[in-house]
Amino acid sequence: MEDNLVLSVQDVSIIYQVARGNVKATNNVSFDLYKGEALALIGESGSGKTTVSLSFIKMLPSAAKVTTGKALYTREGKTVNIFELNEERMRAFRWQDCAMVFQGAQNAFNPVLKIKEQFFDTAKAHGWRKRKEVYDRALELLKLVRLDPERVLESYPHELSGGMKQRTLLALGVLLDPQVVILDEPTTALDILTQRAIIDVLKEMQGRLGFSIIFISHDLALAAEMASQVATMYAGEMVELGTVDEIFYESLHPYTLGLLQSVPRLERGQDELTSIKGNPPDLIDPPSGCKFHPRCDFAEAKCAEKKPEFATYEKEHKVACWFPEKVIEARQGLWEKAS
Amino acid sequence: MEEPILEFKKISRSFKKGRTVIPVLQDIDLQVQPLEYLCLVGESGCGKTTSGKILTGLLRPSSGQLFFEGRDVSTLKGADYTHYRRSVQIIHQDPYASLNPTHTIYNSMSFPLFRHKLVKTREQARARVAELLEVVGLTPVRDVIDKYPHQLSGGQRQRVSIARALTTQPKVIVADESVSMVDVSIRISILNMLMAMRETLGVTFVFITHDLALAKYFAWKGRIAVMYLGRIVEIGPTPEITLSPEHPYTKSLLSAIPEPDPDKTRTKEQIRLRSEDIPRLTELPAGCSFHPRCPWFVPGLCDKSVPSLEPFAASELRLACTPLSQGKGLNLFETRNLA
Repeated sequence: MEDNLVLSVQDVSIIYQVARGNVKATNNVSFDLYKGEALALIGESGSGKTTVSLSFIKMLPSAAKVTTGKALYTREGKTVNIFELNEERMRAFRWQDCAMVFQGAQNAFNPVLKIKEQFFDTAKAHGWRKRKEVYDRALELLKLVRLDPERVLESYPHELSGGMKQRTLLALGVLLDPQVVILDEPTTALDILTQRAIIDVLKEMQGRLGFSIIFISHDLALAAEMASQVATMYAGEMVELGTVDEIFYESLHPYTLGLLQSVPRLERGQDELTSIKGNPPDLIDPPSGCKFHPRCDFAEAKCAEKKPEFATYEKEHKVACWFPEKVIEARQGLWEKAS
Repeated sequence: MEEPILEFKKISRSFKKGRTVIPVLQDIDLQVQPLEYLCLVGESGCGKTTSGKILTGLLRPSSGQLFFEGRDVSTLKGADYTHYRRSVQIIHQDPYASLNPTHTIYNSMSFPLFRHKLVKTREQARARVAELLEVVGLTPVRDVIDKYPHQLSGGQRQRVSIARALTTQPKVIVADESVSMVDVSIRISILNMLMAMRETLGVTFVFITHDLALAKYFAWKGRIAVMYLGRIVEIGPTPEITLSPEHPYTKSLLSAIPEPDPDKTRTKEQIRLRSEDIPRLTELPAGCSFHPRCPWFVPGLCDKSVPSLEPFAASELRLACTPLSQGKGLNLFETRNLA
């Protein structure tokens, strides 16, 4: 297993320095990403999902600062700490090793260049100058995302629909054969049937090319379908991490449970949904102890006093909560694994 | 059956862009019964928002008539027209855009009160605004009433928008994607609040969304109308629409949506469309506009005439599908061609 470790994130904290003080956007986040895995980061807006992902390609805004931690990236037996790469190495690292597909594919293309020029540009910037080779690779990748490759390559971005742009962007993202692909809300803002096409294409690409995915989403259904690992984030902290089945059927954190109880399910009759009380906290002056305690139904005095460790509960399933047993009890009979 | 509070009779609406005419709504017949839960569901470009705007009087139909309490809205004058406009309110999608950033919450909310002469003095206005803020759960009111929108969270702003829609004591509220910008964990509390308002304030809701699962939760005791490219393709009681729909488009939509349950979403039966591209509204296909994508397409039948919305068999559904209404059933296009 250790040989397949691609990215090992250890204890990463990031702050934003703003006039009112320091926003603790990400706190002590750790996880391991293996080859061919898909890790979903789920949580509300402001939970730090995007911040932590942007740090891996050093694309954080200038007000942000990584204060602690390492992100160890391994390729062909060589391991580097991403945070220590210099600008030049970083430029190569982005896209060749770790590609990011941003939210809103509409805005990711240069509107005055044909799609093929954007493929050539990307390749050239990374020292790949044989246009014929690049063109052939682009054809292959566009076929993989189920588009008509010749037509797309000769088009300008405005000639493509939203779904086609999103798929083209996925193909462009993997042009340089990265090991890690970060997808920020890959299907938000797309229509239902287009979303389905993107999900199917992504699964197929991942199966064929074998890259690892980190995807950021607030859509639990998407995580259930796409992810092999799921991490729940709350107020800049990872509060639960486990396999997709563990998170959905054996959740241990009250926040994960709260999220699951607030999404309607289509295949059942009438839903009984509850929402999490209160509002997300102020990250400049977060609550004491466990940051979720003011919104938590199971909180006791201890929760406000002392922060629970993010620790292993069983096997690879980790949680930061003083009373996971209460969650286990509360979720009995709500939903179960089918088999 | 009671008299509908709002009724569309053969309403069409088109927009002109240069010389091209874009038909956004075509021949819509729809009744909104008092106190029912009605959802309009569909992908972007299906005309659901345009329908909502016509319902609230923000847009006029190009042809056809809108009836309010049995009277043609286009003939209403003076006090009668004001009564209609006051009785039908809208909550917009984006609470970041729908509140004026330079007005305090009190200002934004007191304006309609004065405009419709519902209050005479500042004191009365303040008292009424406070009362409404309490209705939407923004307590303690003194913490909110004099704030500016930027000082509130997304969920709080959306509650303000809802409170503002209530200022004129409406009978109908059109909620256009009112929770899609709100975080998952607070969505349900807002929906529950809207549902409670139906009971306590006697407001009828027309809920517009692209999210079938949310529509199902909100309108479980009501009806869903599924729209595609400017027409209603299927309408009926929510349990039937979401659990056993008949129209090919509704079936395709439901099969495409991932479930927040790993086992179910992985084993869900997928309907493969014949084409993933949505036709442009300016180049609508002949006959049923879903036929180029429909897996059950019957050549010579579906591409000839536009199906009208008719009752279907013994169910309570009404749908627009030529093969189904001729009692032919659905046969997969490919399989039949092979045979």
